[in-house]
Amino acid sequence: MSTVVTVVASIGPLAHLAGAGLLGVVSRVDFATFWACAVIVVVGAVGVVVSRNPVHAALMLVMTLFAVAVLFIEQHANFLAAVQVIVYAGAIVVLFLFVIMFLGVDRDEDVNQEPLRGQRILAPVLVVLGLAGVLVLGIGAHWAVGAPSVVGPARGQPGGDVAALGRAVFTVYLFPFEITAGLLVIAVVGAVVLARRPPTAGQDELSVGVPGDQVAGSDGGTAAGTAGEETPAGTDAHATDATGQPGPAGDVGVSPELAGSSEPQPVPQPEPHEVAP
Amino acid sequence: MSFDPLFVHGVHWPEVLIVVIRAVVAFAALMVAVMMMIWFERKIISDMQARVGPNRAGPFGLLQTLADGIKLFFKEDLIPDKSDRFVFKLAPYLSILPAIVAFAIVPVGGVMSVAGHRFDLQVADPPIGILLLLAMSSISVYGVMLAGWSSGSKYPLLGAVRASAQMISYEAAMGMSVIMVVLLAGTLSTRGIIDAQATTFFASWNLVRTGVVPFVIFLVAVTAETNRPPFDLVEADSELVGGFNTEYSSIRFALFYMAEFMSTITMSAVIVTLFLGGPDGPVPHVMVLDQLVPVAWFVGKTLLFLFAYVWFRAALPRLRYDQLMDLGWKVLIPLSLVWMLLVAGALIAGWWVVGLAGALVLGSVLLFRAIRVGKGRGGSSAFGDEIGAGRGRGPVGVASLPGRWTALSTAAAPATSLSGTGSPRGSSRAGGSGAGGSGAGGVER
Repeated sequence: MSTVVTVVASIGPLAHLAGAGLLGVVSRVDFATFWACAVIVVVGAVGVVVSRNPVHAALMLVMTLFAVAVLFIEQHANFLAAVQVIVYAGAIVVLFLFVIMFLGVDRDEDVNQEPLRGQRILAPVLVVLGLAGVLVLGIGAHWAVGAPSVVGPARGQPGGDVAALGRAVFTVYLFPFEITAGLLVIAVVGAVVLARRPPTAGQDELSVGVPGDQVAGSDGGTAAGTAGEETPAGTDAHATDATGQPGPAGDVGVSPELAGSSEPQPVPQPEPHEVAP
Repeated sequence: MSFDPLFVHGVHWPEVLIVVIRAVVAFAALMVAVMMMIWFERKIISDMQARVGPNRAGPFGLLQTLADGIKLFFKEDLIPDKSDRFVFKLAPYLSILPAIVAFAIVPVGGVMSVAGHRFDLQVADPPIGILLLLAMSSISVYGVMLAGWSSGSKYPLLGAVRASAQMISYEAAMGMSVIMVVLLAGTLSTRGIIDAQATTFFASWNLVRTGVVPFVIFLVAVTAETNRPPFDLVEADSELVGGFNTEYSSIRFALFYMAEFMSTITMSAVIVTLFLGGPDGPVPHVMVLDQLVPVAWFVGKTLLFLFAYVWFRAALPRLRYDQLMDLGWKVLIPLSLVWMLLVAGALIAGWWVVGLAGALVLGSVLLFRAIRVGKGRGGSSAFGDEIGAGRGRGPVGVASLPGRWTALSTAAAPATSLSGTGSPRGSSRAGGSGAGGSGAGGVER
């Protein structure tokens, strides 16, 4: 759901920009670039929602982010484009992929299961509301930030958009900027504090740790309970280890590649390395 | 802000043609350079190891890479049953693309004029300049990561996880040393950066002006970023078979190989651009030579770093994974932060910075001492077993590594690699599973 909102939020302003671009004096190159990227953005966004495989969905998201970055460049927001690629495509989606690969949600999902009741009705409503909100904000930006844009048109400013943005962030908007930075630091410190184990904890992994560990541990137990069970012939379920024997852990919980080794299992597992030379 | 003089009179067909020719020439040159680099590396390595090296195909074995490439083209293209076929095929291209694109921003020479058109000898000079390099290096994670995941087996996945954690960690240090250069140049454009270094030979290079520290940080970070030895844990043969590319064969494997060498060349060129003045150097004022000699300077400086990379590979043993992460997070990032303060302070405050530097050095020495004392309190410190494992660094060393990885449970392997993600979850797991911490400690005690 949040992905949908994110994607919609990234598409929303584009409709506004498209209007400005088509009405203004733009060259044919701009026109072609815009339409090519717009198609890629929409295809990627639809792909994020439609893909059954979470990794494919994440890749589609990267595609969308890239096309949006190109559109930013087309609007002379060069710095924004670079940051979009560095932060979103380079860091955030990589983190998504990390989580997807490690928590073993990289198998095709069962669409008939509904973790949230009523989400199918709620989703379109929220999408429409979000889209409307973004459009309203885009049309009447005065209402939100008190100015049609934060730094004004980048073109023609000395130093281009990078310098203009730098001046805005470190002069007019210094305090919001610094406060945001402080907030991020607090979030990082908080995450570290929450994830740190108590100093007295011994080797007992399953009793302490973040909730995710417990979930993974219990899943590992389930997997061990169903050891030897034939795994579904999905594209990513690999219960066969290097020896060619059926692996100890099923496709539940952690990623199958790591299930046999990374999580402490209640039942001793045959280690793939024992047979490796 | 500097603009390519090519576009001063607007964009017409000749300009478009010149842009296309520049791109094609750069691409071809990069491809040939990769071929030569592979030969160069194999020759130098074999010289350092008292072997002959490739000497059959062509004079001095120069065509060996070509022969290898042709052989790989005709080999069977295997795709594992358990792989995710689309992603498996996509990954090599995602790996090679950033290396090519990043080269576009490297200024190879000065301004050239052909038939009345004056243009920069570089493919593109975007206003974001060096940020494109950072963007591309953060994209290059995808190739390795998806290759490892889509192969559908254990070793590639482990290699990919290590690789992506390593690349993400070292990106921070790399970005911060780039910031120092940008602070001095006052622009992001690579052309602007080399122009800012061009006043005198050597003394005006950023290598000297930033103090040598950012250069060293950048060199180390780039070595880790391109997964070159001694940071090639991605394909640590003794632990991971072939790492992320274990399941790849034929030309897909060759693409990964090429991507590695291509990014090595690109990064060497970027180091030259950022810290060694790019094509800056004494130039004779003769008709054609004044345009060609800067290119020769650039190529010469780049060769220096290419040789250094080969030398690293021949001379240095591979780091252990936790050492790699310690180096990235506990040495390079704090060091570059402190040095960035110094550089920024020097820019605005002049000699005041001497006092500031003194205070900082004193403070960091005290902090370092405090950390050492804290470590000395034993493994059961507030941070759990991990510190104890860190203490095992010296005596355990590299020699006992295989024993630790095979004889102890394999839980050590993912636990160690997970601890490197820098994420709190990963580190808690490494300490908690007991294998990573007590394993090393056990060998030591």
